[in-house]
Amino acid sequence: MTGPFRTPTGGRIDRTRPIAFTFDGRRYTGFQGDTLASALLAAGVKVVGRSFKYHRPRGLVSAGSDEPNALVTVIRDAGRTTPNLVANEVELREGLVAESQNRWPSLAFDVSAVNDLLSPIFVSGFYYKTFMWPKSFWSKVFEPVIRAAAGFGRAPTAADPDGYAQRFVHCDVLVAGGGPAGLAAALAAAESGARVILCDEGPEFGGSLLAEPAATIDSAPAAQWIAATLATLAAHPRVTLLTRTCAFGYYQDNFVALLERVTDHRAAPDPALPRECLWQVRAAQVVIAAGALERPLVFPDNDRPGVMLAGAARAWVNRWGVAAGARAVVYTASDSAYAAAHDLRSAGVEIVRILDLRPDGGPATAVARAAGLTVETGAGIDRVLGSTAVTGVVTARHRADGTTAAGETLACDLVLTSAGWTPSVHLFSQSRGRLRWDAARATFLPGTPHEAARSAGACNGTASLADCLDEGFAAGAAAARDAGHGAVAARRFAATGTAIDIGGFAGEAPHGGNRDRTRAFVDLQHDVTAKDIRLAVREGFRSIEHVKRYTTTGMATDQGKTSNINALAVAAAATGTSLPAVGLTTFRRPYTPVSFGAFAGASRGDLFDPVRRTPAHARATVAGAVFEDVGQWKRALCLPAPGESEGAAVAREVRSVRATVGLFDASTLGKIEVVGPDAATFLDRFYVNALAKLPVGRCRYVVATRDDGFVYDDGIVARLAPDRFHVTTTTGGAARVHALMEDFLQTEWPDLDVWATSITERWAVMAIQGPQARAVLAPLVEGLDLAPEAFPHMSVATCTVAGIPARLFRVSFTGELGFEVNVPADHGAALWDRLAARVAGHGGTLYGTEAMHVLRAEKGYVVVGQDTDGTLTPDDVGLGWAVGRAKADFVGKAGLARPDLAGPGRRQLVGLRVEDPEVVLVEGAQITADPAPPPGTHALGHVTSAYASPNLGRGIALAVVEDGRSRIGTIVHVPMPGGSIAATVVAPVFWDEEGRRLHA
Amino acid sequence: MRFSFLSLLRNAFSAHRDWPEQWRSPEPKPAYDVVIVGGGGHGLAAAYFLAAEFGIRNVAVVERGWIGGGNSGRNTTIVRSNYLLEDSEALYDHSLKIWENLSQTLNYNVMFSPRGILMLAHGHHDVQSFTRHLHANRLAGIDSEWLSPEEARAFCPGLNISKDIRYPIGGATLQRRGGVARHDAVVWGFARAASALGVDILQNCEVTGIRRGPDGAVTGLDTTRGAIATRKIGVSAAGHTSVVLEMAGLGRLPLESTPLQALVSEPLKPLISCVVMSNTIHAYISQSDKGDLVIGAGTDQYVSYSQTGGLQITAHTLDAICELFPHLRRVRMMRNWGGIVDNTVDRSPILGPTPVPGLFVNCGWGTGGFKATPGAGHLLAATIARGEAHPIAAPFGLDRFARGRLIDEAAAAAVAH
Ligand SMILES: Cc1cc2nc3c(=O)[nH]c(=O)nc-3n(C[C@H](O)[C@H](O)[C@H](O)COP(=O)(O)OP(=O)(O)OC[C@H]3O[C@@H](n4cnc5c(N)ncnc54)[C@H](O)[C@@H]3O)c2cc1C
Repeated sequence: MTGPFRTPTGGRIDRTRPIAFTFDGRRYTGFQGDTLASALLAAGVKVVGRSFKYHRPRGLVSAGSDEPNALVTVIRDAGRTTPNLVANEVELREGLVAESQNRWPSLAFDVSAVNDLLSPIFVSGFYYKTFMWPKSFWSKVFEPVIRAAAGFGRAPTAADPDGYAQRFVHCDVLVAGGGPAGLAAALAAAESGARVILCDEGPEFGGSLLAEPAATIDSAPAAQWIAATLATLAAHPRVTLLTRTCAFGYYQDNFVALLERVTDHRAAPDPALPRECLWQVRAAQVVIAAGALERPLVFPDNDRPGVMLAGAARAWVNRWGVAAGARAVVYTASDSAYAAAHDLRSAGVEIVRILDLRPDGGPATAVARAAGLTVETGAGIDRVLGSTAVTGVVTARHRADGTTAAGETLACDLVLTSAGWTPSVHLFSQSRGRLRWDAARATFLPGTPHEAARSAGACNGTASLADCLDEGFAAGAAAARDAGHGAVAARRFAATGTAIDIGGFAGEAPHGGNRDRTRAFVDLQHDVTAKDIRLAVREGFRSIEHVKRYTTTGMATDQGKTSNINALAVAAAATGTSLPAVGLTTFRRPYTPVSFGAFAGASRGDLFDPVRRTPAHARATVAGAVFEDVGQWKRALCLPAPGESEGAAVAREVRSVRATVGLFDASTLGKIEVVGPDAATFLDRFYVNALAKLPVGRCRYVVATRDDGFVYDDGIVARLAPDRFHVTTTTGGAARVHALMEDFLQTEWPDLDVWATSITERWAVMAIQGPQARAVLAPLVEGLDLAPEAFPHMSVATCTVAGIPARLFRVSFTGELGFEVNVPADHGAALWDRLAARVAGHGGTLYGTEAMHVLRAEKGYVVVGQDTDGTLTPDDVGLGWAVGRAKADFVGKAGLARPDLAGPGRRQLVGLRVEDPEVVLVEGAQITADPAPPPGTHALGHVTSAYASPNLGRGIALAVVEDGRSRIGTIVHVPMPGGSIAATVVAPVFWDEEGRRLHA
Repeated sequence: MRFSFLSLLRNAFSAHRDWPEQWRSPEPKPAYDVVIVGGGGHGLAAAYFLAAEFGIRNVAVVERGWIGGGNSGRNTTIVRSNYLLEDSEALYDHSLKIWENLSQTLNYNVMFSPRGILMLAHGHHDVQSFTRHLHANRLAGIDSEWLSPEEARAFCPGLNISKDIRYPIGGATLQRRGGVARHDAVVWGFARAASALGVDILQNCEVTGIRRGPDGAVTGLDTTRGAIATRKIGVSAAGHTSVVLEMAGLGRLPLESTPLQALVSEPLKPLISCVVMSNTIHAYISQSDKGDLVIGAGTDQYVSYSQTGGLQITAHTLDAICELFPHLRRVRMMRNWGGIVDNTVDRSPILGPTPVPGLFVNCGWGTGGFKATPGAGHLLAATIARGEAHPIAAPFGLDRFARGRLIDEAAAAAVAH
């Protein structure tokens, strides 16, 4: 025996395998097959948690994932600490360490329980009415106190070392829920040959049957049928069986997310296994077989430990061999609680009385009486006695005139309640299926589906075991058929078992107490009482969504699984309308909570986002490169020699390019090949430039805008053949420019015969820049004359470089003579080796992105995204010359024609010159006319680029300034925290204005 | 009845039987001086300010469902004003200043909690862009400061500032005056205060038509609760504004509606004391007073009116959260939902008169209009009362799209919320 409440025999636990665990530091023993909840119950632990607001002691209410009270923290180590787990979902394992939550210093003695005394003040929404004075006290005093009191578990303090997996699968039929209906559905679908996934949140399939050992199917014990069915399913190669797997989210187009708990139940998990696995299933057809949830009755002090659902008590006794008490009072509005009474009595529990709310009871009443049980109909519970555990109840007698009076006191340590069962329509509703109100059974049921989904069994309002099996089988067969598989002969099952009562009673049960003062709990976890809901209605919160938000009913971790219908009924009664008129609140994902880690999966560290490296990355690493992140790319920022600082390296690289030659890995530039008979027309419309007449063998610097006319990207368009262009984009713009091209090709100009293909990774690109560039390159080039007249600036040709087939561009982003060699990516590293050796031979340098930035700024070339920000036109940044104004149309033409995109007041790109050559302005600094601007002063613009220029021996800056070009020669001010810096507006070109070096 | 601790105490003795309705639910009158379409925070605030500040009390707010049921009740409640462009700075700071006294003004605890907004910079480009923000905000007189990674972690313990993550944190800006508030309370607080001043709040009242006279000016509207005559209509219907304005023959607005998702964890004891936003890796987080971690992301990519979104967005948000806070992997998502946000091309709102005389509009707040609730309401009220745009609202007129005078925070700053 593992505790005073363990039955001598019975249950699905393995009594040969005792398991030691601790709860709040005390050692206990349970059996293999126990949950933390069943083991604690067996040990006689009544109080398992404290409620959210009043810190009332609370016990177990349900045996499933809908449990509102028993939230615990399970601790393996600092990083493997999991708060807020439902004790029913924690399977016992050797050495399990669990702790209760939301109490201090201990569960038995919790200081915050004084809140319970203040409950007359702490009614729903009280915090909206107070804590407003003095003003500063809200965030300094009241809020911190409230925050400290709120919340349940504590988050772990160390990083979670466990792994999480994700699987992406398709199937023909997904069956959510492995009770009788789900098993039958899976069986039918499997027989048709469909690919089937069957999942259930519990550790074993069987659902409600696991708690009902006496049930039979086709004349055999249900357990045998389950075993045989599972064996059949397992033998089907196209069936996947997933236990401990909850279908928690129904997304669009039959995309269903499942969470599988893989290792939490293992004592010593294999470190290679993920802790959990997120299955993302695209199912042709879905069968929802999610069962039903029992509803508690709502009556005064119904939250005392020992008041629990009848079905839960029955499950504990039948499935786990735990009798939850010694003397039980049963309070029911449905027949199903009678089954619990019989089963508990068989296990030796004294059934003190059955109080049936229904005036004449139900069919089970006579049976119970015949079996010797005392049943009182038209009766209920007036209030519960006891605080940390039930000690008794005062009965309530309902008189014919509708009033209720307190009756006698019954001593007991257990109260079983059942108001009836609520079909679990969560998934159906998440799938945006319409619910319908079934007046006969007073319940919401799945109506017209929105997705290819069917509901079967208790979640569809089906009550008897045989009907659930029949309906499940039919649903599985129909789903498989609709997924394109063959017909399966219809099957009927003969079965005996308890039928659940759909419908029943909802709302606050009648009692003799003062309804404005007694607390009959609706939402146990959030301490929402029936009078709280009535208060909300009184204060004008009529919509059920308002009631929910004002009282917080249904917003706890259980998302109102046991409470929503009762809350709805209380609200309906208070507003004088009916349940269907009030309507349900939205069912939101997930069905049960899901770890962040499961969503994140393997996406952590380097796998968080792909790392893109150029073909010569390893070479740059060897050369000492310091890398920076540019989008997903790793780019060499600079390549310091041993012992050299980054700043010194950049200065050296910059000088060296101007003096001799430099090699730069430009492979990250976006590249798009635009091909087709209409390629020239397309590019002519896409870019602002006139490109239709670009000769073969020539390149052009291009600017792209969107419809709005603002600079979006820039690059080079090179014409390789009449119908073939090699287009480059900025590194960051590669994907979005390609997407924009596709957008126009597919939606605006589908008539154009053009393909745009991303070829960024296809080519490695090495830039050779500097006066010696030709000398470095020429000996390696075959099939092309590099002489200035033969291959002038802005030329392109195919040739071989160092024996590698290449596309050679004569272009420059430095202002020096320059070439860019494109070779197939596989040859990138080899080309680098050859070029690097030759550059070194000419006294040149390898250089990185920072030197590239300084060089281009010296020359006044803009960097899109740095000198532009999506609000500047080509003309604003000095690229007005690029706009083919004569063109009939281009992307952005209409946008550019809008009045405010031209005329005075536009910000224009200029240079700034500060007297003191040592001063380097700060990028992002604002520019004002006033040297001492008061707060709120209008900024004329801002500094976009600023560097120390080694070649000029002074700081240089680019800026965008209102009417900047007409301000050239005037003084503006750059306000800094320590005072303003005066600067002269100058032209934005600091180096070789005539461009002689470019054309050398 | 005034709300205070004393009144709460007094009512405790009478078992709270005497609390009146927080706002009246009257039958529609045949005519009003002004009708506001849309009972979100913005619409209710506009009605309140019309009555409280501009003396126009014969006002109705018509709401097709329940007040606050749109984005006002679905957002992640980030309030800040450290925007980049001068027009935006003025707009959002106008609102922030109202937030600072809102609970007292409304006599309703809206739980405005200026706990600080930490915006993380990852990499060189972010640092550059944030520097520009800092200088712009300093010039505008808006508080914002730069924190090193270590300082950021000191302000927000638990933040992962390791250099080994994929996009290491290079620093952060902090606006201490920024924070969060309780969204429902803002809606109810404005409703209660407006109702007390005589504003009629008409729920379950959908506008189905807008009537115009021979001169083109509005004369009234048709609703599911009957026709209402009025000469001034303020439309504040968020994502459905296009639909409403089409009823006045205004054609389509430059708005695109997309789902935006958010989620909360189960309640936890306090662990994140401020708001942390990372635009580069697309996630932001704060912790509600109840203990839930409140987490949001970027928008779903597809245009849609269905208030739900895809799992991949949730996954991408949570992987970013787990990068920033690796000890949260075992924390669990409790609830996930979506709202439909109304985005303009420049990601700035539209606020002002329309070409139809008597018709005013306030929309296009996209992913970031909660923070503007009191300010936008105030400006809309001022604009309706005066018949012309309030100076702070003036740059945000509908005509800017045709003129090209865009206020492009998104392009310039790429920061949502
Ligand atoms: C997930 C999410 C997170 C967000 N996070 C933030 C954040 O952190 N910070 C921030 O500042 N902003 C945030 N936002 C944006 C913010 O929620 C909105 O910008 C803001 O709440 C808009 O308020 P509103 O009153 O204009 O709109 P809504 O609250 O949507 O109100 C519009 C109302 O108009 C009604 N309506 C529509 N059509 C009609 C009709 N024909 N007749 C009558 N009534 C009609 C609707 O029912 C609705 O109630 C977020 C948004 C979402 C969805």
